[in-house]
Amino acid sequence: MSVQNLNTFDPFADEGDPLGATQDVGSQQNYIHIRIQQRNGRKTLTTLQGLPKEYDAKKLLKAFKKEFACNGTLVDDEEAGKVIQLQGDQRLKISNFLVEEGISKATIKVHGF
Amino acid sequence: MSEEPLFDPSLKKRKKKTVAFSEDPLGAEADPTTPAPATIDDTTTNGEAVDMGPKTAHELMKGNEGAEDDFKAMFGDLKKKKKKKDIPMDLPEDASGTSTPVAAPAAGDDLDFSDLKKKKKGGKKKAALDMEAFEKELNQSKVKGDEEEEVPDGKHLEEVDENELGDDPFARGEGGAASLDVGSEPWLGSDRDYTYAELLHRFYGQLHAANPALLTSTGKRYTIAPPQVAREGNKKTIFANVSDICKRMHRPPEHVIQFMFAEMGTTGSVDGSGRLVIKGRFQQKQIEHVLRRYIVEYVTCKTCKSPDTLLTKENRIFFMSCESCGSRRSVNPIKTGFQAQVGKRSKNKTG
Repeated sequence: MSVQNLNTFDPFADEGDPLGATQDVGSQQNYIHIRIQQRNGRKTLTTLQGLPKEYDAKKLLKAFKKEFACNGTLVDDEEAGKVIQLQGDQRLKISNFLVEEGISKATIKVHGF
Repeated sequence: MSEEPLFDPSLKKRKKKTVAFSEDPLGAEADPTTPAPATIDDTTTNGEAVDMGPKTAHELMKGNEGAEDDFKAMFGDLKKKKKKKDIPMDLPEDASGTSTPVAAPAAGDDLDFSDLKKKKKGGKKKAALDMEAFEKELNQSKVKGDEEEEVPDGKHLEEVDENELGDDPFARGEGGAASLDVGSEPWLGSDRDYTYAELLHRFYGQLHAANPALLTSTGKRYTIAPPQVAREGNKKTIFANVSDICKRMHRPPEHVIQFMFAEMGTTGSVDGSGRLVIKGRFQQKQIEHVLRRYIVEYVTCKTCKSPDTLLTKENRIFFMSCESCGSRRSVNPIKTGFQAQVGKRSKNKTG
């Protein structure tokens, strides 16, 4: 018989090690950022940054390109890690895609105008 | 040119705001003629009067039998007041006189006045309808009445003390007289008791009649002048009234501009006349959208939604403290994030 109240419980057990991540303290490391950048004319570029490690960025890019009918590339950035870069304004489409794949909407941040 | 007319309304609004805040506490203490506190007190006495209606009726009866003349003489000034409102009622007038003697020495005008109201509400119907019944009960109630009166008097005294801290008793009398003239209460014609809803309605009616400023101030919203956006050449956008908007939000322009650049993924600069030049083509609604997000993130209090917040920097972390509810929380630092290579690589020195 075990008394539940007497069990030791670590409230931060599921948080993981906050300093273990590569990013510096105080940054919101868990967010997936979707940004947009203007190119010349009415052309734009969408970037996806902060993808969790368990997702294969290369396969995701392939799926994006097929789904959204656009070109794109995978960029290795020193700070941001692997960044998926897509042509055109795909912010909402990416967001919907990720939510449908089971990523919590709270962790997705859509930036831009 | 165009900055000033936009800036003026906001100034005015701010002025209004401060006035509205300062008016109530100051008015209650300093200015006895301010109608607002008068009506509020008045309604509180009404609340008292509700309970004490029948008691006064007892008193009325007593008054009729006993020392009419003495009290007429004593409360001559009282009667003048009454005659303004309801002349035909002779009985209650005298009765109110009789009910006061215990209280009169303690708290002059205030008590008399509250009795006036009792007379009007309780006295009118009861005196007319149950006169005989009361006379039967009179002998019992004489004893009771005296005892009962002790309790309300205690209440009255407390109330008077509270009120005298805040305002002048004369102001109270005036306010009460005005509100009595309303005379549209549905219970006046019948014998029934007042319902809570009716009294509440009456309270709000008087409150808003006395200070109409309350009605307008409740609908106050946080408004900001729309951004003025113009195109400079082909590839640059000018955001003209950025400094005005920053002042309105009480935020340093650098912070706002930094956020905008990070959010829109572009760069720019502030020109000589305080306008912001943004690289890239942006429409007004796009900039407005970004500003909206800035306000949600860095201006409005997350707890109480109030825009009266202060942004302070401590140890490289921004803290937002709310002026109205006192909450304090850290806000996210502005991070630019990844910037993709746009344009010719030869122009980019690092790449």
